Amino acid sequence: MSTLAHTVSDSKVMLRRNLTHQLRYPSVTIMLVGLPIVFLLVFVYVFGGQLGAGLGPHQGRHAYLDYVVPGLLLITVASVVQGTAIMVATDMTAGIIDRFRTMAIARASVLTGHVLASLLQTLAAIGVLIGVALGLGFTSSAGPLAWLGAIGILTLSAIALIWLAVALGLSAKSVETASNTPMFLILLPFLGSGFVPTATMPEGLRQFAQYQPFTPVTDTVRALLTGGAVGDHAIVAIAWSCGIALGSYLWAIRLYNRRRAATLN
Amino acid sequence: MHVGGHDVRTDPDGVRAVIGVTGQFSAVDNLLTGEENLRLMADLRHLPRPAGQRRVAELLERFELADAASRLASTYSGGMRRRLDLAMTLVGEPKVIFLDEPTTGLDPPSRLVMWEIIGQLAASGVTILLTTQYLDEADRLADQIAVLDQGRIAAQGTPAELKARIGGGHVQLRFADLDQAASARTLLPHAQVDDDDLVLRVPADHRVDSLRRLLYDLHEAHIAVEDLSMHTPDLDDVFLAVTAHHVPGQAGGDPADQKEPAPS
Repeated sequence: MSTLAHTVSDSKVMLRRNLTHQLRYPSVTIMLVGLPIVFLLVFVYVFGGQLGAGLGPHQGRHAYLDYVVPGLLLITVASVVQGTAIMVATDMTAGIIDRFRTMAIARASVLTGHVLASLLQTLAAIGVLIGVALGLGFTSSAGPLAWLGAIGILTLSAIALIWLAVALGLSAKSVETASNTPMFLILLPFLGSGFVPTATMPEGLRQFAQYQPFTPVTDTVRALLTGGAVGDHAIVAIAWSCGIALGSYLWAIRLYNRRRAATLN
Repeated sequence: MHVGGHDVRTDPDGVRAVIGVTGQFSAVDNLLTGEENLRLMADLRHLPRPAGQRRVAELLERFELADAASRLASTYSGGMRRRLDLAMTLVGEPKVIFLDEPTTGLDPPSRLVMWEIIGQLAASGVTILLTTQYLDEADRLADQIAVLDQGRIAAQGTPAELKARIGGGHVQLRFADLDQAASARTLLPHAQVDDDDLVLRVPADHRVDSLRRLLYDLHEAHIAVEDLSMHTPDLDDVFLAVTAHHVPGQAGGDPADQKEPAPS
């Protein structure tokens, strides 16, 4: 078998291993997928009436539901990658990784397995959130293509954040640290266009909110799902995602190889 | 340096493909069952599916894990984990196996099972490098032993060679009273007196006629021996002798035992 074929087959084996872990350890998955749903309910039913009124005249809870779903989709991505960091950090403390290092397996497959498993988990979580949102009355003007585009942009940002979480998980000295460091990712959609228009924010915060990476992704998804001009948002969103993905990927690989070297010496 | 014909520097994956490593801390996946752990190894060794399934079933049987095959590894006892660990190492049929303290912390029956498996493996022609703190284990399993002291090889050889280096054993005689012991001391001037004046240690090889001779001499001199025991030097004596310059407890010396050193 060629090197590429080995890489693909080893990554598939690792993906299966990680998916089995998710199934055997469902409490984490349930918590991470459940969090955005709880947020959705709280924001729509507790804050939604008031926040919806702020969106414009004659607007209310229902308008706010339509407004907030893209933000919550980002929260969903950020929530699931908390689990990625924990899983990676836990894995690195387990003896099985030392065994993998002594075997002739494709170098990156351990990490690729984690990334692919987390990506599938994220897509499932996004599916669940959209299902719940539709159940609550979320109305989308999007056609199949726009939906596909929205899912595509979310997938790309998920890949970026998952690699970032992998790197954070690898850099953490303990599993506890790994479960804390990616927490800021859940906070970032709040400090962007996820929950309220950035124009309502005070000076300083507003600039941060407008230029941080979550905002163009949120804006693109919102434009695709609820109508509106996508404009430059998509390009900025794609650029941010690719940049974060690449940087995190290189960082993660370096950390992984360094650990590998440390064990062998 | 070459391992199994592969250069460690230029072909590390070639080396990885022919070796198996079982570390001191069990390298099993706790969230997978015993069978899934073995399947994982078969898949990562790129065994074709039917061959992999056969190998997994065979190893489960051989390592007495068939009944526990569908249980999570986290529920296994210490001995079962160690067996699963070694079985996982063997999935790829390695030519060289590194075993790092394979019986540390095992109960006596599990240790015996492990010893049996290691013996069978060595008999099948696999090269095994085994490290251990238990010198009786080294004595029992190894063809070649290297005693490590502070990271350096302090002595190397077969168990017999190492024991021969520190000389023969002794016969320990205990007498009923001080008179008898005093007479025996006169009769056997080479003997060492123990702390207890009733005990004499007589240097001796372990040939039957020299023992018979000793007992005959004592009998002729009308000296009654209350108790007799024979002491062969064991590897503990060897270890203490070759590392004698260190204060016990201070030396980081890992007594280690290598079985048939890998071709280097």
